[in-house]
Amino acid sequence: MINWFKFSSPKTFYPLAGKLISWLVALATVLALIGMYVGFFMAPTDAQQGEGYRIIFLHVPVSWMSMFIYVVMAFWAAIGLAFNSRLSAMMASALAPTGAMFTFLSLWTGALWGKPMWGTWWVWDARLTSELILLFLYMGFMALQSAIDEPRRADKAGAVLALVGVVNIPIIYFSVQWWNTLHQGASVSLTRAPSMATIMLVGMLLMALAAWLYTVAAALARVRCIILERERHAGWVNQLNEVKQ
Amino acid sequence: MNWTNPGDFFAMGGYGLYVWGSVLVTAVALCAEWLLLRKRRNAALLHAKRELILKKEYSNETTT
Repeated sequence: MINWFKFSSPKTFYPLAGKLISWLVALATVLALIGMYVGFFMAPTDAQQGEGYRIIFLHVPVSWMSMFIYVVMAFWAAIGLAFNSRLSAMMASALAPTGAMFTFLSLWTGALWGKPMWGTWWVWDARLTSELILLFLYMGFMALQSAIDEPRRADKAGAVLALVGVVNIPIIYFSVQWWNTLHQGASVSLTRAPSMATIMLVGMLLMALAAWLYTVAAALARVRCIILERERHAGWVNQLNEVKQ
Repeated sequence: MNWTNPGDFFAMGGYGLYVWGSVLVTAVALCAEWLLLRKRRNAALLHAKRELILKKEYSNETTT
């Protein structure tokens, strides 16, 4: 059996993460290329929205990731707070910038989709506003952590903010049901059959999987930077080939 | 196949600005993140290397 606790130490996690990154990036690139091919060459023109609907192949995956990353970030923050484990708190910090980037992309691609279809770049409705609040939560988390000099205290303060903010995730997800909004309902849900052609769904899921793999790779790359920054006094860091040379 | 020529493909049925605006900004954001990560890693490695040099110098001074 694998001893998972072994990998909760930065010393053993650092080389493992390093080995995984290039594989994850390669796989994400291949899946994204196939996904884009399916989305732009195989998926048919939409009956209502013409070719403009093809933004969906970016908009839905980045929006899913913006919410999913926040939940994972809050999870690691909670583990770090409960067990006082260094690596969990570092994982939470490593996820935040990627989450903020996907949230920005969700708003950006949404605006570019909203303009031709709704006639406006932005409306203050429930779905769009709660997604904007998500961006502020990510930025608040990063600003709070960088404002505190002592890393362990920064971890704790950030964790509390991340956990309080998690309440926004169900609000984003259910906003299209709870309120009257311009935004359409969920394209894919677990309770009913998807409301789109299978080939469109395939393209979207491929892109979502690519975005997920990309996120894991980016978070691992960033957590390795954080480990180096925080543990550069440690003996094992001095022994690394990339430091010794 | 949806497109008969490259012009069609780039026009996206009149939605070219919106579709390619989304694709371009997404690609730029992803590339920018990797560049920033690389910069951060190089800076962190440089700090760790300097620390190691200082450690070695210190141990040389104390032993000689």
